[in-house]
Amino acid sequence: MEARRLAGTSPEVRIMQGNEACVEGAIIAGCRFFAGYPITPASEIAELMSRRLPQVGGVFMQMEDELASICAVMGAAWGGVKACTASSGPGISLMQEGVGYAAETETPCVIINVMRGGPATGQPTLPSQQDIMQARFGSHGDYEIIAVAPSSAQEAFDLTVKAFNLAEIYRVPVYVLSDEIVGHTREKVKIDPNVEVVPRKRPPREGYLPYRPGPDGLLPGMPAFNEGYRVLVDGQLHDETGNRVGHDPEASARLVRRLCEKITSRVDELTDVEELFLEDAEVVVVCYGSSARPALEAVYTAREKGMPAGIFRLRVLFPFPARRLAAATRRARVFLVPEMNIGKLVLEVERVARAAQVVSLPKLGGVLHTPEEILDAIASAVKGGER
Amino acid sequence: MHPLGEKYLRKHTLPTIFCPGCGDGTVLSAFLRAVDELGIIDRLALVGGIGCSGWIPVYVNADTLHVLHGRAIPFATGLKVTGPDRKVVVFTGDGDCLAIGGNHFIHACRRNIDMTVVMLNNAIYGMTGGQVAPTSPHRARTQTSPYGNPEMPFDACKLAIAAGATYVARWTSGHPRQLTRAFKEAIMHPGFAFIEVLTQCPTQTGRYMKGGLDAPALLKDIRASVVGKERAASLPPEELADKVQIGTLHTEIRLEFTEALRRLSEGDGK
Amino acid sequence: MKIPCIDETWCKGCGLCISECPRGVLGWSGKRNRRGYNLPAVQQPEKCTACRMCELICPDLAIYVEEEEQCAKR
Repeated sequence: MEARRLAGTSPEVRIMQGNEACVEGAIIAGCRFFAGYPITPASEIAELMSRRLPQVGGVFMQMEDELASICAVMGAAWGGVKACTASSGPGISLMQEGVGYAAETETPCVIINVMRGGPATGQPTLPSQQDIMQARFGSHGDYEIIAVAPSSAQEAFDLTVKAFNLAEIYRVPVYVLSDEIVGHTREKVKIDPNVEVVPRKRPPREGYLPYRPGPDGLLPGMPAFNEGYRVLVDGQLHDETGNRVGHDPEASARLVRRLCEKITSRVDELTDVEELFLEDAEVVVVCYGSSARPALEAVYTAREKGMPAGIFRLRVLFPFPARRLAAATRRARVFLVPEMNIGKLVLEVERVARAAQVVSLPKLGGVLHTPEEILDAIASAVKGGER
Repeated sequence: MHPLGEKYLRKHTLPTIFCPGCGDGTVLSAFLRAVDELGIIDRLALVGGIGCSGWIPVYVNADTLHVLHGRAIPFATGLKVTGPDRKVVVFTGDGDCLAIGGNHFIHACRRNIDMTVVMLNNAIYGMTGGQVAPTSPHRARTQTSPYGNPEMPFDACKLAIAAGATYVARWTSGHPRQLTRAFKEAIMHPGFAFIEVLTQCPTQTGRYMKGGLDAPALLKDIRASVVGKERAASLPPEELADKVQIGTLHTEIRLEFTEALRRLSEGDGK
Repeated sequence: MKIPCIDETWCKGCGLCISECPRGVLGWSGKRNRRGYNLPAVQQPEKCTACRMCELICPDLAIYVEEEEQCAKR
């Protein structure tokens, strides 16, 4: 059996694909349980987890389907362990009921979605960004999740660590919205074993109520089974003891509101955006994930040519940083939104940037935008202003 | 209240949702006796599915997960592999376990993962108002089989044995002493233990399939429909035709899943 | 003497204790509890052998066999 472990405490730099970087990020973040099911283009995550987790004292399981996978992940979380799963379109669809359960019971977990072309069986081996709104709204009911969007193998590592940390702090399911390009492209990744990791924190046992939030509206830590908490975890809307209150409109509303507001009221602290040249940008490219790569290339080229272009690249996709987008782009006349889908994040940009012109740059078919396409769009936008 | 209720129930969740005369309550009571006799309340990890039976673990003051329909077993799997010393007990119904949860059920049997799955079988979907179930008799009239059930029912115990379960028993809610003993055997059994409990359901099965809500009559009916395994061996086939066997139907010791994980991870490759 | 002790708060009046008793110790009391359920009652205490079938069958943990004096106390 391979016995390659991370030795010592100094960072190492390796060439690896994004999928592998997600695995290393998860392990450094403390993940010790993975349950998943094979699916292109995410299978490498399961394969690598099957090798790496036993090396670090964790458990890997290939479950019988994705429904079992998300549920086993949640069982492991309540068993006291940081846990995650990885899948793509069809499998993520199957997991949606589970995601809703994680949100409602405030079970911390990470779901890596290596997005591929859809809908249905779609394009198993080609990338897309079609599923970003599924991450946000995929399950039934009112709830909020957090979603991060890596644009490179390095970010696959960094943002997977971040995803685990956010899951612990907010006790919420967190998506890593990768895609086939990020997942399969091999790049240099610096694996830093000293990266900041939020440890699993046990709440105080004295007078413990599983769903009583602290003064900040967040639950204080995550208990584990068989440590004396005697928790009642229920998918039905519940009170602070875990007992169901579905028949009580006020108590039900209170819980749903808290579940949503614990995220929506914290947009500012959750915002994580790369902003370039926004001081003078009249044309701002709002981008995320793989399509940010040609966007960056296009903007750099545009600026060399004297065009006032800028980049607003989301690393945390949801909650959507509406205020930051509005504030950081006071000068912007046009927002360009390139995405590998029919136009999804652009709906959020349109909602926020009412004074400016918003141009959707959809790309279907499972191919990435070229820098030239985006550069042409920037040039048109700049020209439009000159008229 | 019964002293075991005082000792083990989550008071603020009472009264139970069980209808008057429901067999689920008897099963809960028998389970508490087993828990008390084994002294394992601190090691218990309980998981309930969706349906009346899924409420049983909610009422027990242990660590409890009340989960999604059909998914109790995968949740329980996550709990077990992250804490092999836990005593994981799943309470599920015939629909929860064999319909929507069927796939998880057969794989857990195959893995022989150390947990106890108690399936309360009232041959109907009770919580949702009396629809046909994978265990409903052929020709049974229910809310979704008004002309009679066109399908044949599962034999859950046969399914469990075929899929690899290493402890399989069937009792009824009219056998509380045997139930307590079976719970103890199952919980201590190092492998996947499956107990099917035929339960009277006055409000749905009684009303739609058996012509009445009288719990004593329904229980009498269930008792008349079963025959003990040993006794069955000496009966002629004609007498067995319409009877269901109860008792400990199968036990064996086979490599258990968390043990297999441990061995393989430690690299002995056996 | 041991007799069945009925907790009127939790009883749902299902009648299983009455029918399970092999000696006819229990019968219907003619009373209802606060939730409207018909309550059983011990009618022939001297016949009780403390077999505990009533206690074991009750779905609501609302009956248990105990010394008569203890029962009155609860």
